Amino acid sequence: MALLGDTATQFLATAIKGIGVERGYNVNLFEAEYNQVERQVLDPTSDYHQFGAKYTVVFQSTHKLLEQYSLNELTNEGVNDLMRERLQFVRTLCETTEGKVIYFNYPEIDDTVFGQYANRTELSFTWQARKLNYELMQLTQEYPNLFICDIAALQNKFGRDWMFDSSVYVSTEMILSLDALPYVASRVMDIICAIEGKFHKCLILDLDNTVWGGVVGDDGWENIQVGHGLGIGKAFTEFQEWVKKLKNRGIIIAVCSKNDEDKAKEPFEKNPEMVLRMDDIAVFVANWENKADNIRTVQQILNIGFDSMVFLDDNPVERAIVRENIPAICVPELPEDPGDYLEYLYSLNLFETASYSSGDKDRTKQYQTEAKRVQSAQKFTNEADFMKSLEMVSVVEGFTAFNTPRVAQLSQRSNQFNLRTVRYTDGEIAALGESDKHACFSFTLEDKFGDNGLICVVILKKKDAETLFVDTWFMSCRVLKRGMENFTLNTIADYAREHGFKRIIGEYIPTLKNGMVREHYPNLGFVPIAENTYELNVETYKPRECYIVKK
Amino acid sequence: MERNQILAEVQEIFRDVLDNEEIELLDATTADDIEEWDSLTHIQLIVAIEKHFKIKFTSKEILSWQNIGQMIDCIASK
Repeated sequence: MALLGDTATQFLATAIKGIGVERGYNVNLFEAEYNQVERQVLDPTSDYHQFGAKYTVVFQSTHKLLEQYSLNELTNEGVNDLMRERLQFVRTLCETTEGKVIYFNYPEIDDTVFGQYANRTELSFTWQARKLNYELMQLTQEYPNLFICDIAALQNKFGRDWMFDSSVYVSTEMILSLDALPYVASRVMDIICAIEGKFHKCLILDLDNTVWGGVVGDDGWENIQVGHGLGIGKAFTEFQEWVKKLKNRGIIIAVCSKNDEDKAKEPFEKNPEMVLRMDDIAVFVANWENKADNIRTVQQILNIGFDSMVFLDDNPVERAIVRENIPAICVPELPEDPGDYLEYLYSLNLFETASYSSGDKDRTKQYQTEAKRVQSAQKFTNEADFMKSLEMVSVVEGFTAFNTPRVAQLSQRSNQFNLRTVRYTDGEIAALGESDKHACFSFTLEDKFGDNGLICVVILKKKDAETLFVDTWFMSCRVLKRGMENFTLNTIADYAREHGFKRIIGEYIPTLKNGMVREHYPNLGFVPIAENTYELNVETYKPRECYIVKK
Repeated sequence: MERNQILAEVQEIFRDVLDNEEIELLDATTADDIEEWDSLTHIQLIVAIEKHFKIKFTSKEILSWQNIGQMIDCIASK
């Protein structure tokens, strides 16, 4: 990582390294000399460019911008030029940087020169700073490698007097207070972790005094506190609204509660004040067993890592038990007062993401249908009969403008069924789709229970006229054990044969999470040719058995 | 608070922030006497002292101290 700033950044560097360690990364950090942002970026032979960072973090402060603004003449042309120059610099930064750019936006400083009339004149610094932040968001639409570290939002949350410490600034040229540093560093690492595929996908909720006030088993579904009538119900309503938004964004919501199941479900089914309903919940576990075991059950049904789960419970004892038994899961220390839940949760930024596609919102439904599928499978004694009964159909396509966001997103999320774990952004996927040196495939899978959407991606690199190399093969774990691997291989073998290729080379790169595909290639009939490298002879390949129809 | 008491508490803060249990502070101690005490750790020390005693130094005060004794005087005067 490279860190460039126009104020002293030594403490920020230390904080980023520290938070990096907390998240399991040893950050190799290049720190430019103080106030060399422009020189390092614009000079192609600079130390910064030599370093070749995967992530470039640039922190140009509002403070220094205000200084330039203050020295400028107060004319429309003057102030607009200043901002235009700054934006042009960010463009150049994105264009000349190989890796990803994480650019800090501008927390406002209200210099009160125009009073509140600042809102009515372009000349004011307030107007220009707000506009600049808006323009930065616009730039991300143009540059896929640009990510904004929203420290303006942090300042909104905690206040300027907390973010900025004048005595620290005067004696060290450092713009951030010591208290702010861990939060700012954390926001930087949030972005990096999300791009690297480490982020939260699932929220598991306790019920009594977490989702509603009171104990449903004692109080009854009519008397729990939720909505605008009873007690502090409003706090729980707003909490539920937040959860609902997360669900709509594609976070999987699960319930894990110590309750009788029928009692626990009653509020969701009968209480009109409840915002959350049964169909918002992907997995519902309510019993009197240990919560850690119940969370393991949720994990098995959803088939995602513990490190992608957040567990919310008002009871410190339950939190401690879960944390102790499942160290990877994130268990926030909810404040005692439910009225404080939301503001506290906002401060943690638990659900960072590096991409979003509109298909995300259907995820809950997909997990619910998966639960039905599991029940149905139990009725068949013969696996082939069960497969046939599913009436599976797959749409096979290259990368299109429509599926690119989903492909990129899946490349960032897939950890287990992922042979080489190469992460791609939207921009890179679009470029691969156009490349004549690659053949790209996306697969959907639909069956009689529902549509899983896009669930598998293969990118083949044309090594020479006879050889295809499997650069990428990943699949959503939702569709394991449906013969999708066989279908995928049949499809790419057909492609290879039609285009005159003689062999397909596959490589397995082990990670902590992809052990399930260690034997993927040998299982599919590939022959080992080197360590973790396998070859398939296209000419002698016989299509493998599967019950999926190509569309 | 007694001046000696302040000195003892400041010494604890120095040991904690600089991660060195052997630091002994005297009125005459300066940054030259303690290896880990540089311009960066200085600011960490100041913020830690401010939090501990629930006081706030002015920038001018921070720049004016020549040794630990003057810092202690400043804390005592708050």
